[in-house]
Amino acid sequence: MSKQTIFLLRDTSLTQDNTRDFQILFLKIARDLGVEDSIQAVRASDLGIYDKGYVVKDLNNKITYANIQETDIEKFLKATIKGEGSVDEFKYTADKCQLRIVLRNCGLIDPENIEEYMAQQGYCALAKALTEMTPETVIDEMKKSGLRGRGGAGFPTWMKWSFARNSLDETRFVVCNADEGDPGAYMDRSILEGDPHAVVEGMILAGFAIGAQRGFFYIRAEYPLAIKRIETAIEQAYERGLLGNDILGSGFNFDLEIRLGAGAFVCGEETALIESIEGKRGTPRPRPPFPADKGLWNHPTIINNVETLATVAQIINRGGEWLAAIGTEKSKGTKVFAITGKVKNSGLVEIPMGMTLGEVVFGIAGGVLGGRKLMAVQTGGPSGGVIPLKLIDTKVSYEHLAEVGSIMGSGGLIVMDEDDCMVDIPRFYLRFCVEESCGKCAPCRIGGFQMLKILDRIAEGKGVEADLQQLQRIAKGMQKASLCALGQTAPNPVLSTMKYFPEEYRQHVEDKKCRAGKCTKMVQYTIDQTHCKKCKLCVVNCPVGAISGSREAGYVVDQVKCIKCGTCYEVCKFKAIVRK
Amino acid sequence: MGVVCLNFKFFSVFAKHARTSLTENSMGKNTLTKADNPAKTQDEIIAGLADKWRDKKGSLIMALHDVQSHYGYVPRDVARKLAHQLDVPLARIYEVITFYNYFKLTPPGKHRISVCLGTACYLKGAPELIEEIESLLGIKEGQTTSDGMFQLDVVRCLGCCGLAPVMTVNEEDGDKVYAKLSRKQVAEIIAKYSKPGAIEKK
Repeated sequence: MSKQTIFLLRDTSLTQDNTRDFQILFLKIARDLGVEDSIQAVRASDLGIYDKGYVVKDLNNKITYANIQETDIEKFLKATIKGEGSVDEFKYTADKCQLRIVLRNCGLIDPENIEEYMAQQGYCALAKALTEMTPETVIDEMKKSGLRGRGGAGFPTWMKWSFARNSLDETRFVVCNADEGDPGAYMDRSILEGDPHAVVEGMILAGFAIGAQRGFFYIRAEYPLAIKRIETAIEQAYERGLLGNDILGSGFNFDLEIRLGAGAFVCGEETALIESIEGKRGTPRPRPPFPADKGLWNHPTIINNVETLATVAQIINRGGEWLAAIGTEKSKGTKVFAITGKVKNSGLVEIPMGMTLGEVVFGIAGGVLGGRKLMAVQTGGPSGGVIPLKLIDTKVSYEHLAEVGSIMGSGGLIVMDEDDCMVDIPRFYLRFCVEESCGKCAPCRIGGFQMLKILDRIAEGKGVEADLQQLQRIAKGMQKASLCALGQTAPNPVLSTMKYFPEEYRQHVEDKKCRAGKCTKMVQYTIDQTHCKKCKLCVVNCPVGAISGSREAGYVVDQVKCIKCGTCYEVCKFKAIVRK
Repeated sequence: MGVVCLNFKFFSVFAKHARTSLTENSMGKNTLTKADNPAKTQDEIIAGLADKWRDKKGSLIMALHDVQSHYGYVPRDVARKLAHQLDVPLARIYEVITFYNYFKLTPPGKHRISVCLGTACYLKGAPELIEEIESLLGIKEGQTTSDGMFQLDVVRCLGCCGLAPVMTVNEEDGDKVYAKLSRKQVAEIIAKYSKPGAIEKK
């Protein structure tokens, strides 16, 4: 049988989904034309394209067609399969959309089969590096590409590598940091699960470049499938002679091992991660000496993020200039984001640097859930800042995000709407950092705790004017004096919300009011008798039975019993529940 | 794009987390295998573990992972024997266990309820779910009910933010995921796992 053309079909209308009908019609017309044996038409659940009518993606030739009417199917099939006529008019060119470099194989190949990875130019980069290149030219290529660490801080990868390369110590290590602890982010997990060999290849290349003999994967124990996939990948690489002694006959030896994390956020910090691999408590070390100089067991060690390593093989394959052509002046390539929160299409996206946040949130992610108004987006998790609506045109790049007081971070992008309280959100992040602080240095251990106490006070309606200045003072101290990035960046969510939403803090402190109703101690629910239709919906739904009364006398909320869960407010169809 | 990620999200969440432990094979790589045969005595198990990890530099955490995946927690006498076998002070072992959230010092409940408190779940109402479970079971986070039936854990991001708010309950063959939850559903789920009449609302 000749090779089949695979079509992915999808109705991208935002209001209805007629993909199934379209598929039936598509197959029927294919049968009528006698081409049903040379095609496969598969329904896709989401192609990342919205409101462009029926979209057909030709998987073999990697061409996407959009806005295909039912009446066009015959013409379309004739052109694509029989080669009669042209379908150029249907070709879909996204104005600005995702660019998949790191995620290119995720979902397309079987991650547990090394051959499928190899069919996608897998391990070609390794062969090229070992046979045609020297470690120096590999680092050179990385330098040309301008790749910066995707873990958050954005340190140039080539620089880290060349520090280790130039070290006098001959025992060197490569570590893959897959301790993705950021709440709301799962980019690394998807890469490890979807394309584990890309990361393994990146590790071997890094090992070759710096002259290391051993590498470690440090993976969260909470990611059992990722661990399994990496284990399989390592095993297969050993079987093929891509790991072990004398790799591909080049004389280069490299071994890979897995070490598991044990649920400590601070272990994502590189020096704490080193301590953890050594089998100790994950407390950071003072820097310098940097890990590239004295890392694991005091030998030069480079620690790279999963996403960084997954990009390396393609840079070697296609050349550094290729990546350098994508992105902004100082931030090259693409970044994977996990878009979550109050957004229509939450999920992973990979975008070229330089795209604006607005294009990501309103374009790719389809805007805010339920047609509400966007309040802010948050990048960088507990270490990042909140970016308000007015700055939504900020470009996604290390330098632009830093300018507005946030960070690129590892790739969490949380969308918040009007129902979110800008005092409550930083409180959530700060509580996270306080719980996860290792306790080694005082600024982080004590400063974080005191800041949280102040925020708690403000949220309870007991805040005073001086608290706001005190928050700023402690934050400054933590930023300057903390030992590691956890403490240095922990005040960021508080500072950025104070900067962009000062009126909200003022409201909490002066008026003792929470606009969003999240700070429950300040909220009171009452029933407006003029709007109340006595439907008893609130009475039935109240989880603590705090609403009582009768049809004649009307219903009232017992403020002592009320736990301020807001259920009555949500279920009332007549807006009779008043939140103050 | 969407197709892909959603799939992977589901994969990992629904993947069967059968009790597994890491063992070292002759090639020096890790492979997942079923936990050691329960018929072995405690001493044998610990001796086996110690042999596996003794010569590996910095492997204490890995050895403790093995202990926990076998017992569900790290019992004190096991920790003591492990200290003896690996020739490390008991204090070093406890130092590690108490630092990392993953290691437990008390036996787990029969049904371990893990409520995700990642940012997406927090925004979509996970704190209310926790409140509800706490009031239903009469325990606080990290505690186990007196009959050993339920254990409530608040966990960091489970990595399926598109399904927020999420909680998982462990069953025989892996974790069952409950997505896009409301307060009401939580009570129904708990009722499903408890014996009739076992829970009374406090």
